[in-house]
Amino acid sequence: MSHSYDRGFIEDFGRWREFSAGMWAWIFHKFTGWVLIGYLFTHIAVLSTATASDPAVYTNTLQGLEALVIVRFLEVGLLAVAVFHILNGVRLLFVDLGVGLEAQDRSFYASLVLTGAITVASVPTFIGGVLA
Amino acid sequence: MAEHYSSFQRGGTRWLLQRVTAVFLIGVLAFHFFLLHFVNHASEITFLGTQARMSQFGYFATMWLFLVTATFHGVNGVYNALINQGLEGSRKNAVKWLLVLASLLLVAQGTRVALAMTNLV
Repeated sequence: MSHSYDRGFIEDFGRWREFSAGMWAWIFHKFTGWVLIGYLFTHIAVLSTATASDPAVYTNTLQGLEALVIVRFLEVGLLAVAVFHILNGVRLLFVDLGVGLEAQDRSFYASLVLTGAITVASVPTFIGGVLA
Repeated sequence: MAEHYSSFQRGGTRWLLQRVTAVFLIGVLAFHFFLLHFVNHASEITFLGTQARMSQFGYFATMWLFLVTATFHGVNGVYNALINQGLEGSRKNAVKWLLVLASLLLVAQGTRVALAMTNLV
């Protein structure tokens, strides 16, 4: 059941036209994973400074960040990254269980489409109040 | 069968723990994002609101387990991705202990932050 493949170097980006759906899924999952672990360290660092002193500092820090348009757009990006990682993660769990192997390229495309739809639908919630 | 790519060697302990933590994180990450962006809007968050949530033992325990499992899942993912890229020998050992140290520091500091948000202590 299990096969190994010579993937070559993904750093050789000139090969991108040769990539299959499974290769793209692997690259996207890896990229979103790096973003999420980087964000986790950043998140704890920001909350550390916000909770270091007076409770008002916490409220002012969070509301000050939320007042920045760029932060709202970065949050939309973070949502997109998290949603893709979750959906493709579910897909990987099914692949590991041997379920739906013949449809794993289509389930990758479904993950992408669903991520896009959820991200677009969330934009009004994230941007609300900051652009007005 | 279509090609299936992974940075993990299937069947190993690191692979299994990555899958077990993934199942937990799928639910908790979605819950965390939904609660703090769609139910309570992030721009309206105050210390008192955070304290009210974090002072409930069940919520606190869920968030602390979220911290621990997310740290493990993320750092284990990085470690396996680096091994998959050819990391080996003494460099692999050095990276492993550096990641273990970074994880312990993150969990320790995250625990301090979580406690500072409560009125439990």
